Amino acid sequence: MTGSRPPRPKSPSAPGLLPLLVLFALLLLGACARSEPAAEPAAGEGGPAYGDTLVEASIGDISGLIPNITSDSASHEIGNLIYANLVRTDKELRLEGELAERWEISRDELTITFHLRKGVKWHDGVEVTAEDVDFTYRYMIDPRTPTAYAESFRQIRRAEVVDRYTYRVTYEKPYAPGLLSWGIWILPRHILEAPWKAGVDLRTTPQNRHPVGSGPYRFREWKTGEKVVLEANPDYFEGRPYIKRVVYRIIPDQSTIFLELKARNIDMAGLSPIQYRRQTDYPAFRKGFNRYRYLANAYAYLGFNLLDPRFQDKRVRQAMASAINKPEIIEGVLLGLGRPAVGPYKPGTWWYKENVKTYPFDPERAKALLAEAGWKDTDGDGLLDKDGQPFRFTIRTNQGNLVRQQTAEIVQRRLRAVGIDVQIHVVEWAAFINTFIRKKNFEAIILGWGLGMDPDQYDIWHSSKTGPDELNHISYKNPKVDALLEAGRRTFDEAKRKAIYGELQDVLAEEQPVVFLYVPDALPVVSARVWGVEPAPAGISYNFTKWYVPANLQRYTR
Amino acid sequence: MLTYLIRRLLISIPLLLGILCLSFLMLKLAPGEPGVIQQDLQARATGAQRETLRQLYGLDKPIYVQFGRWLWRVIRLDFGRSYSPDGRAALDKIAERIPITLGLNVLELLIIFSVAVPLGILSATRQYSAFDKSMTLFVFVGFATPDFWLALLMMILFGVQLGWLPMSGLRSLNFEYLDFWAQVWDILSHLLLPVLVASFGGLAYLSRLMRGSLLEVVRQDYIRTARAKGLPEGDVIYKHAVRNAVIPVVTLLGMMLPGLLGGSVFIETVFAIPGMGQLFVQSAFSRDEPVLMALIVIGASLSLLGNILADVSYGLVDPRIRVSGREAR
Repeated sequence: MTGSRPPRPKSPSAPGLLPLLVLFALLLLGACARSEPAAEPAAGEGGPAYGDTLVEASIGDISGLIPNITSDSASHEIGNLIYANLVRTDKELRLEGELAERWEISRDELTITFHLRKGVKWHDGVEVTAEDVDFTYRYMIDPRTPTAYAESFRQIRRAEVVDRYTYRVTYEKPYAPGLLSWGIWILPRHILEAPWKAGVDLRTTPQNRHPVGSGPYRFREWKTGEKVVLEANPDYFEGRPYIKRVVYRIIPDQSTIFLELKARNIDMAGLSPIQYRRQTDYPAFRKGFNRYRYLANAYAYLGFNLLDPRFQDKRVRQAMASAINKPEIIEGVLLGLGRPAVGPYKPGTWWYKENVKTYPFDPERAKALLAEAGWKDTDGDGLLDKDGQPFRFTIRTNQGNLVRQQTAEIVQRRLRAVGIDVQIHVVEWAAFINTFIRKKNFEAIILGWGLGMDPDQYDIWHSSKTGPDELNHISYKNPKVDALLEAGRRTFDEAKRKAIYGELQDVLAEEQPVVFLYVPDALPVVSARVWGVEPAPAGISYNFTKWYVPANLQRYTR
Repeated sequence: MLTYLIRRLLISIPLLLGILCLSFLMLKLAPGEPGVIQQDLQARATGAQRETLRQLYGLDKPIYVQFGRWLWRVIRLDFGRSYSPDGRAALDKIAERIPITLGLNVLELLIIFSVAVPLGILSATRQYSAFDKSMTLFVFVGFATPDFWLALLMMILFGVQLGWLPMSGLRSLNFEYLDFWAQVWDILSHLLLPVLVASFGGLAYLSRLMRGSLLEVVRQDYIRTARAKGLPEGDVIYKHAVRNAVIPVVTLLGMMLPGLLGGSVFIETVFAIPGMGQLFVQSAFSRDEPVLMALIVIGASLSLLGNILADVSYGLVDPRIRVSGREAR
């Protein structure tokens, strides 16, 4: 996950939210973008020029080139360059059309009509039409399709091809995240429909290894475990991308990626906090690369199993929030590269609410709250107890994420200080999910969520989503929250949604179903010979096709 | 000889079955399910969807039924399709990696033997000389150096600081535009660091073995006889002593043969070489059972075969060892 190229902001977050319970390495998509000017900008002449190759590294091989049915970030990033979508988010994270020129929402907010651009061609020359959109829709809702993004398309009651360039979908109920879900990669009907109808698993079709898309880059080759090469699509409808070739090298080792970066054999990567602070802050590196820093689109939290009666008392959870020193975690673990999280949204988005209730570090208040909830140290052993039981629980987190493990250690120490004994258990990912999360066999966890481009978080907080394979694994149930989550989906009106999600943030801040810990910074670096990188709330790669290398700085001439 | 061979081959069938049975069981007893069903948490796969997938892959059947079905397919050399999202045939995935790992390992063995044997001989013939002492030092350093550390140091020196050698991968990005000899050099230069790092430990070990073995042999009576005959020292060492001293080294080579297809996970990961080791680890992490089991079957069969071959050839090389009773009579 880490070290790979940041995803473009148009990641199709199923209904707005793509919860990746993964290592935080979503590098782009950030508000409050701060960039450091290169110490010495490379002298470029002649303005934008076509040509050159941009080399990036991915820690894992991609799993396939039909991104609709993959779940790894590398496949999605490459898919984003090969395929186009109906809609995407712009640099300010607002929706804009890509294949869709414009769209209309009916007055009852049930129907969306998309008007497609005319004359857009697949890489093999066939025109992109509403039939392709319709095929993508039918493929997504097919129960045989192994996709994680079907849910929002299942909300559609009727889908119709009005004419060659017009597509209309009608939802069961108004469904605001639905619009963003059309950021799904549109697939070529003329290639895939026949095998799909014949019942062939599309992963075994050539499209999955030699895809034909309609996006800014054409597929050129994929050498398993070695590299994927893309070439600029001269007929891209928004203009031919300047950078002629993009190479994803597959390098399965983090330190090798970093060494290759230092040797300038890789042009773009994401740094870890320690690399950013200690290992790249020297003149030669600063001369070769521009470093960027902005909030990542993710947050980490300490979650409790709310089926456990001890955690059902809101005061206990509030006490934990007061007992934990978030700035200390950010200083110690993230080396200052992040900020405290106060709710499940990223600061800077239009739905983010400032001034919700916060819990500054205050052990005394934590102790008072715990005492109020009946937790007192009656036997003088330094541990709080209630009904003769000491307050003792285990925090579990996944292996391979040092930041989370270190966070757990700091939390452990702070909770011990208020009289709670915490054990830490680091578990391999598969066992973590199967043995603990799905069976709800845990007391507390430290995990993170990656966030989508829509405030809808129905799957995470709604009480109907607490099944073993669903995302509300902390079993949070609150009728008020349920009502707000439902209301937020039912209107497209931004002002109304802002109010609804604002209220949701107030409730969650008061309730602390989880202790929101921090929002980490994304720390991408891009070779200094690349010009045209403009950090924005969406991160940096939203305008990737407009990046260029001035003619006199081009390195790969063939 | 022939009956011995046939007997060994027959014995290895139940042995192989036992290995397969154990590996299959271990795979099934490990916590978690194949990654395809797990799909992390981001998948919105519902319980019903997972159940469909389990049925599709036959994972809902009792374990002995699964084993039986799998074995029946393996006998017909059908290892099935990978569970990973690419859904490719397990054998294809393995086949494309075999030449890479094989090439790397053969190079490594060649270097180890062609360097270690002369080093060992020189050390033995100049026992306690400055050369021998420095070799002893080198050997201890070789034993003690963790290869991950050595790999990083070499990469920093030759890749980052000096910029002489490529650090990872098999080919440069402009490979297809190079002429033939430039392509050969390109691949060789990419292999240089990994092969060097991978051979370092073996080099130290084998040169020590060679030295010890030769020192042992030169104390034998027939060497004294050869010297008493007045043979030149060169003939004594290279014609009489080395021939005998090299036998344990050859035995070791035999034992290394089955390992030729097993890639070093570490080397392949650090140097980004898409070989067998990487495939094994990836399949293990994602519980990609078809690929994993295919790798185990291939690995186990080759090891058994390698053992038989080593035993047989050892008998051929060393006249003191004969396999069947006839010669002994």
